[in-house]
Amino acid sequence: MALLRTEHLQKQFGNTRACDDVNFVVNQGEFLSLVGSNGAGKTTLVNLISAHLQPDSGQILFEGRDITRASVTERIKAGIARSFQIVNLFDGLSVFDNVALSVFSRDGKATRMAALAERDDAVAGEALEVLEQFGLADKRDTMAAGLAQGERKLLDVAVAYALRPKLLFLDEPTSGVSTRDKAQIMDTVSAVVRAGKVTAVVIEHDMDVVFRYSDRIVMMHEGAMLADGTPDEIRANKDVANILLGAPLSD
Amino acid sequence: MTAAAPSSLLRTLAPPAAIGLPVLALLIVLPQVIGVYQTQLLAYGLVMAVAALGFNLLLGYTGLLSFGHSAYFGLGAYTVAFLARDLGIHSMELYILIGLPVSALVSALLGYVCVRHTRIFFGILTLALSQVLWSLALKLFWVTGGTDGLRVPRPTLLAGTLNFAGSGGYPRFINSYYYYCLAVFVICVIVMWVIVHSPFGKALQAIRDNETRARFLGLRVRRFRWIAFLISGTVTALAGILWVPLNGLTTPEVLYWPFSGEIVFATILGGFRTFAGPLVGGIAFNYIKTYAVASTEYWQLLLGVVLVVMVMTLPSGIVGAVSTLAAKLRRKREA
Repeated sequence: MALLRTEHLQKQFGNTRACDDVNFVVNQGEFLSLVGSNGAGKTTLVNLISAHLQPDSGQILFEGRDITRASVTERIKAGIARSFQIVNLFDGLSVFDNVALSVFSRDGKATRMAALAERDDAVAGEALEVLEQFGLADKRDTMAAGLAQGERKLLDVAVAYALRPKLLFLDEPTSGVSTRDKAQIMDTVSAVVRAGKVTAVVIEHDMDVVFRYSDRIVMMHEGAMLADGTPDEIRANKDVANILLGAPLSD
Repeated sequence: MTAAAPSSLLRTLAPPAAIGLPVLALLIVLPQVIGVYQTQLLAYGLVMAVAALGFNLLLGYTGLLSFGHSAYFGLGAYTVAFLARDLGIHSMELYILIGLPVSALVSALLGYVCVRHTRIFFGILTLALSQVLWSLALKLFWVTGGTDGLRVPRPTLLAGTLNFAGSGGYPRFINSYYYYCLAVFVICVIVMWVIVHSPFGKALQAIRDNETRARFLGLRVRRFRWIAFLISGTVTALAGILWVPLNGLTTPEVLYWPFSGEIVFATILGGFRTFAGPLVGGIAFNYIKTYAVASTEYWQLLLGVVLVVMVMTLPSGIVGAVSTLAAKLRRKREA
């Protein structure tokens, strides 16, 4: 069943078509990888779906509902969360507070000012549970700025995950970390996401990672969707191989 | 509520109480030792600390540098002066009860305009709006007394039970009013401490650190900034309300931009990255300014030098430097 569907989605920057008639489908419960070379339009697509950008034309349907004009807050309420390519944390807050704030926001408690944040047992319990799932529980009192890069990437995902979205977009969750950290991050992220039955769309460059963790892979090229299939199908696709190797497309 | 709850509340409150209560005890005892003039000076310091405390909700916790907080301080001061002159009100409690909603309303209106922008644009807007109020106070002299300002007689305290008319009223007033200021100061500190440790306060800090991410947590960033502005302006206005009876007179000086600069200075002096920074800074700044003015006519130059040296050697302010030093000593002892 399609959880999210875009229809003829279009976004142009000057003369560049960052998103060109994209009909992108995400199915309930899958772990989908969005791949393609730099400038293929992956991040633009995620920006459009998360309301970070407005499309020029086309529609976005979430659970069958048109959300093309919905605000960021409305889309988060509907169940769409995202992380960012460059780590986006609240560096002056503790690891615990970073995650707890997601829970407060989701529960509509973020405007409370007559109660101490750490005294909310329900929120604290849930935040700690998320931190444990991501292996960050022993760092709970560390300032986010004081974490190692791999931990920062994990916390970045944890902050988005703590919103308990139905659909979670992760923009390069393993960029800028060592190969060993990469595997550890992806193991953790895919385990948590699958355990929580959250549908995930991951933008990723490392094809080893993509083939290993994905249920389905969508490849973009110059703003358009080029290929869509299971890891085995994508592996066998000549166009994909050519692009990955930098060779011209077969026509 | 779990069985562990009381002890965890104790754990939350123990560190601030361990520092706060001895300081409070000191502030209670001091006037018995230091005489009227020093008591008055300390009362001025407490007022400045409240002003800086309000200001720092924006700078330290929301990441917005207001360069127009004189507007709210002056607003509180002039509201009291008008209440005294035009309505013949002489009760401190009424000054506060009427002054607070008036200040909140004006802070909400001006804040609504200012929080549409951030960074330097925010700073310039706050500065411009404060200059509007200053020029109104200056030009509408038939209402505001112009540069002469407005005199405010000594009010009664505690719903009229304490009256300071007649001879010998001044030292009695200072002694009582100091404790009045101290009580308001303590209430402001507690309220602000709860606010910055509440979910709302955490959200402000999140917006300060990373506005985009905060938006993608579903936080309505502008609304949070607006509410922070409202609280900040109102607390600084409360400082203005407290200040007038102490000073006996309000002039356009308190609306003028150099006074906004003094609030910024006091906060940075104490350290805007810590909760206690503006409190220590407010009191310290008041002493530095008083003695600088008394010792040289170039006191502004002296203050400028102090600020430059501060920023270069102690960028985290007095409180920041002390806590860094304390942490270092603790590590050394453990090692």
